[in-house]
Amino acid sequence: MPAEKSAQRQFSSGRRLAFVSLLFVICAFCCVPFADIAIAQSEPGRELLRMLQGLFSPHWQDIGGLLSALGSTVAFALLAVALAAVLGLGLAFLFHWRLVRIFAASTRAVHEIFWGLIFMQIYGLSATTGLLAILIPYIGIFTKVYAEIIQQQSRIPASTLSPQTPLLSRYLYTLLPQSWAQIQSYTRYRFECALRSSAILGFIGLPTLGFHLETAFKQGDYSEAAALLLIFYMLIASIKYWLKVRLIPVYLIVAVFLLPDSPAMGGSYFWQFISQDIWPRAVLEGQWGDALNWYQKQFMQLALPGIGQTLLLTQLALVLTGLLTLLFYPWGSRLLVGKKLRLGGAGFLLVMRSTPEMMLAFILLLVFGPSGLPAVIALAVHNAGLIAYLIARYSEVLTLPPDAPRGFNRYFYNITPRIYPQFLALLFYRWEVILRESAIMGILGISTLGFYIDSAFEDMHFDKAFFLIVITALLNVLVDMLSRRIRQYCQLQEQQPG
Amino acid sequence: MFKKLLAATLLLASFSALADTFTFTAIPDEDEARLQERFNKVATYLTAQLGVEVKYIPVKSYVAAVTAFRNDQVQLAWFGGLSGVRARRLVPGSEALAQGYEDQFFKTYIIANTSTGLKASDKFPVGIAGKTFTFGSKGSTSGRLMPEYYIRENLHKVPQDVFSRVGFSGDHSRTIAQVQSGAYQVGAVNYKVWETELAEGKVDPAKVTVLWSTPAYPDYQWSIRGDADKRYGKGFTAKVRAALLNMKDKDLLASFPRESFVPASNNDYAPIEKTGAAIGILDDND
Repeated sequence: MPAEKSAQRQFSSGRRLAFVSLLFVICAFCCVPFADIAIAQSEPGRELLRMLQGLFSPHWQDIGGLLSALGSTVAFALLAVALAAVLGLGLAFLFHWRLVRIFAASTRAVHEIFWGLIFMQIYGLSATTGLLAILIPYIGIFTKVYAEIIQQQSRIPASTLSPQTPLLSRYLYTLLPQSWAQIQSYTRYRFECALRSSAILGFIGLPTLGFHLETAFKQGDYSEAAALLLIFYMLIASIKYWLKVRLIPVYLIVAVFLLPDSPAMGGSYFWQFISQDIWPRAVLEGQWGDALNWYQKQFMQLALPGIGQTLLLTQLALVLTGLLTLLFYPWGSRLLVGKKLRLGGAGFLLVMRSTPEMMLAFILLLVFGPSGLPAVIALAVHNAGLIAYLIARYSEVLTLPPDAPRGFNRYFYNITPRIYPQFLALLFYRWEVILRESAIMGILGISTLGFYIDSAFEDMHFDKAFFLIVITALLNVLVDMLSRRIRQYCQLQEQQPG
Repeated sequence: MFKKLLAATLLLASFSALADTFTFTAIPDEDEARLQERFNKVATYLTAQLGVEVKYIPVKSYVAAVTAFRNDQVQLAWFGGLSGVRARRLVPGSEALAQGYEDQFFKTYIIANTSTGLKASDKFPVGIAGKTFTFGSKGSTSGRLMPEYYIRENLHKVPQDVFSRVGFSGDHSRTIAQVQSGAYQVGAVNYKVWETELAEGKVDPAKVTVLWSTPAYPDYQWSIRGDADKRYGKGFTAKVRAALLNMKDKDLLASFPRESFVPASNNDYAPIEKTGAAIGILDDND
């Protein structure tokens, strides 16, 4: 009996999970009165009808242009992930160095779009910009996640080695082989994310699918937009059929040739950018008092209200993401639905997670009018699609006893409680991602941090943009730390998606 | 060390294009989907006229066009009033060469959803205060700069304090779509885009209507970098200007869409510069 009790105490993190979940739901309810989520009267019928018509009549004229956009989308993602994986793996072994941890945290705290905007100032619209915009944040992500995977491995094989064995050999022959399967699976999952990032970089002008998608959507050519979206969905859905480990070297070589040609740039703007463009005039002139005033003014007028709006939206979107995830994951799980339904469910989840949030936000903007509401829903739908997909995959490794309940009972009393810790862990991982993404919803007329950053870039006030990006990154790091604390408190295993 | 190596490799990979091609771009403000197709024709025309290879590269935003001009990725650009001023301030010696005939007296329309009950007038429609409002792109002359100037001038407040909500649709066509659907009640739009979409039947006059037109101001123009003569030979700038002014083919002009091109100078855009400074978006030390 006492043994059983202590076992219960040891494994029952259920109470803590419930407490944390409840806390977040209450917190979201408290956000509602302050968040900007009014509904405006509108008649979106005409526009929505045109979108629907477009969806059912996909059409694309310029096949050559389409193929080249498809090529660069895949090329950016492949090359960036391959490089980032190698570098990340190297850095993962140095993760005990504080400098490496800071590097990893700060690079992944900035959204790919913002990296893209920064590198565009230096390298123009070029392949370099596209590669770096994905490469840099992904190095940070891989470094952290690989390090965590390696940390979880057993130290027993290493203890059988002679003490004289060099450190590198220890890693290569004991820790790496154990982690390999997990690392591979995670990298594969990240490749899908990189394809999305690569496509979205088209929104700021790189010649990927997003370039044409944004154009078609913006111009109301919904048939073309639909064609592009469908192609993008098919690209994502088919990854598992063509991404074979043995073929990767071949793909990489082809990818180098698929990179878009870039117009040459006169001179290097790198130095000018980091030594002049990103600093306010007062700093360049050495007027430290004025500089301090300047930064204080930016902080009070832009950053602070921006942080407020961003956090409000994030908390709401986070809770809604959780709800939608619980609602949608069963449709992708073999244990909960039949084969036909699951195929449909998996397709639905793919559409949810692969439709760029910006497009969802625009459609919802037409329906609900401008406010935080379209942003919250768009973020929640996108992220719920992603987490639900991962949870559904995770649920399939669970084993059911022969007398397991069926139908709703199985969902409520067996599977959901068993995946709940994993679900919460993933949700907390996405927390910082949602925060990052909520920052890019400027079109909705809500002044998140991203709105101010985008404005600063548009007005070519790079000093302002740089300062705000640093603030955003710090906020991200903070949320990341908090989410790690909470995961520890809930005794959630640091298990990785994928 | 490793990072340097990496950066070098990446750079090499990106420098595959020739340096002596004459490259131009155009701000994406209308019917973007056909930009590539239409401007490639312009590139062919300029190649024949100038005797150097001319290429067009598409960009997604006003600021990307300005950056490409500053970074010498493009030597010639079809800018809006504000983006042209910005670009020429960043590249010493650069010049406005030619503007569209219509650009000498460009206008912005303030449009409203008919459910607001607001009516067209000759005077600034003060009734728009308190409504939701969308500009076009943040860096647009007709979609942002001019309407914001007249809003401040007439209502003595910044737009954020005048309206219950201020959005940036990012594009004139989207401004129309959003005001038409009622997502925003009022908006500011480039008059050329409005008239084109009206003619194409994309605008439903029962849903959205023009309230007011701003006074005329100078807008779009071709600008060239100051070092063009040094790089492409003496008299090259004059040659480019002549080629632009001699563009008579209706099909080419429809790319812009303009009736014809007339000469322009940097001074023509002094009013834009003043307006930009007045509302603080051209102020470097803001």
